[in-house]
Amino acid sequence: MTCLPEITPGQKKLGLVIDLDTCVGCQACATNCKEWNASGHSGPLPDSKPYSAGAEGVWFNRVHSYEAGEGEQGRTVNFPRSCLHCETPDCVTVCPTGASYKRIEDGIVLVDHDLCIGCGLCAWACPYGAREMDEDEGVMKKCTLCIDRIYNINIPEAQRQPACVLTCPTSARHFGDLGDPESKVSKLVAERGGQPLMPELGYKPVNSYLPPRNRSSASAQPEEAAPTPMDIKNPLLRWMDKVLTR
Amino acid sequence: MNPAPSIVFFTTASGAGYGLLFWLGLLRPLGLVPGQGLVALALALLLITAGLLSSMLHLGNPQRAWRAVSQWRSSWLSREGVAAILTYIPALLLGLAFWIDAPALALIAGLLAAAGAVATVYCTGMIYASLKPIRQWHHPLVVPGYLALSAFSGAVLLAMLAAFAGGGAVPAILAILTGASALLLKRAYWQAIDTAPPIATIESATTLGFIGKVRQLDPPHTEQNYLLREMGFRIARKHAAKLRLIAQGAGFALPVLLALLAVLLGGTPAALALTLGAVLAIGGLLIERWLMFAEATHTVMLYYRG
Repeated sequence: MTCLPEITPGQKKLGLVIDLDTCVGCQACATNCKEWNASGHSGPLPDSKPYSAGAEGVWFNRVHSYEAGEGEQGRTVNFPRSCLHCETPDCVTVCPTGASYKRIEDGIVLVDHDLCIGCGLCAWACPYGAREMDEDEGVMKKCTLCIDRIYNINIPEAQRQPACVLTCPTSARHFGDLGDPESKVSKLVAERGGQPLMPELGYKPVNSYLPPRNRSSASAQPEEAAPTPMDIKNPLLRWMDKVLTR
Repeated sequence: MNPAPSIVFFTTASGAGYGLLFWLGLLRPLGLVPGQGLVALALALLLITAGLLSSMLHLGNPQRAWRAVSQWRSSWLSREGVAAILTYIPALLLGLAFWIDAPALALIAGLLAAAGAVATVYCTGMIYASLKPIRQWHHPLVVPGYLALSAFSGAVLLAMLAAFAGGGAVPAILAILTGASALLLKRAYWQAIDTAPPIATIESATTLGFIGKVRQLDPPHTEQNYLLREMGFRIARKHAAKLRLIAQGAGFALPVLLALLAVLLGGTPAALALTLGAVLAIGGLLIERWLMFAEATHTVMLYYRG
C-alpha cells in the first residue's frame, strides 16, 4: 500500500547523519555503495557504455562539491547526496502500483521491483533526485539503506551498517536510529546542529547533515618567523650580521 | 522536465477525446447536436484510447500497467487509471443508446460519461499539480488549465463534426467561449509562473546558506545521467516566448476566429473553417503541452546548476 504508515512516538527511523565538516569528497561512499548494491537487494545497477565516452549508470550516492561564501569566508564543501528516507515521502504516495513503500518497522523507503511499472512518477516527486531509473529492466532503483547488510546475520555485527558508512575513511557518515533521542546519531545531530535538506518542501527528511564547523578567524592566522639581530645567539654570526648590515 | 512525446500526445489526444465525450454526453441527449452522435462518440473513444495506449509507451514495463489501478487511495495516477476505465462504461452505454435510439438511456449515460470525462481529466491535472518539487506544475491554475484545454479541444472537434452533419451553432459557440477562456487562463498561468519566486534555493538544498552564497565547484559525475535527462530538460527563454506566441495564435486565437466565422457563415464554409480550426487547435495544443514540460523546472537541478 502506498499510503504512509502512521508515525507513532518513539518510532524507529533509521537513517544517515552526514558530516559536511569532515567529508573530503573522495567518492568512496559512492563507489562502495555501487559495489555492494550492484549485487544486493536492488541489483543489478546497470551501466551503459561503461568503458567508453558517455559512460553512465545508476548510482545511489552522488558526491557534489560546492563553494560556499565569498572571499575570506569562502570554503569548499563536499556534499554527498542520497535518499533521505523522508518521514512524508511523496515518492511513495504517488506510486500507482504499490511498488514504492515505506517500512513501518524502521522507516526505510524501498521499491518492490516486481511491482514497479517504471512510470517514473516517484522520481518526479522526489525533490532530492534520490531515485534513478534502471533503463535496462524498466524499473526504479534507489538507496535501500543497505537493508541486506544492516539486518544480515551472516556478517559480523560490526559490519551490519550501510556500505557507504563502513567505507568512509574520515567517518563522515554515521548510521543509526534517528527516532530515538538517546541514540548516538541523534545526540550527534543535537550536539552539532544537524540540518534537513530543503525543509520548506515538507518531506521531513530523516537523514541529517552536520554543518561545517566555524573556522578560526582570518586575523588569527599564524605569522611567518622574522628574527631580529638580537635573536642571533652565535657571536660570530652576530658579528657577521653587523658587518654585512653596514 | 523532459517532454516525452508519448505523454505529450497522451494529454493532447485523451484531453480532446474526453472534452468531446463531455460535450457530446451533455448536448446530444438535449438535441443540440445534429446527427446520430455515433461518429462523434467513435472519434472521442478513438482519441481517448490512442492517448491511453500512448501513455503506456512511457512505462518501463507496460505489461504490468494493470497494476496501476490498485493504489487509488493515495496516487492520482492510479485514480486517473480507475476513472479512465470506469468512464468507458457510460461511454459505451451512450453509444448503445444512440444506436437503439433510447433517449432516456442516452440522457443518463451522457451525464455519467460527462462526469467521468471531467473526473479523468481532473485526475490527470492533479498528477502534475501534486508534484511539489516542480513549481510550474504545483500551481493552482494547472488543473483548471487541463480542464479548460480539454473542454476547448473537445468543443472544437464537436463543432466540426456538427457542421458536417448539417448545422447546430451551439458547439461552435461553446468552442468560442471555451477557447477564449482557455487562452485567458493560459496567459494568467504563464504570467504567474514567470513572476513566482523559486520554491527552494541551492542554499536551502545544501544547508550551506549560513556560510554565504553557494555555487557548484565540481559536478558529481562528468557524463549525463537519468536525472539530468529526465529532470534537466530546459529550453532557452526566447525559444519559449516564441512557442508561447505560436501556441496562443495557432492553438487558441485562430480556432476561435474560425469558429466565429463558421457561426456567421454556416453550411459548407462553416465545416471547412471548423476543420481548419480543429487542426490548428490540436497542433497548438501539442506545442502548449510540450511547453508545459519543457518550461517546468525540478528542484533536483539546484544540486547540479544552483
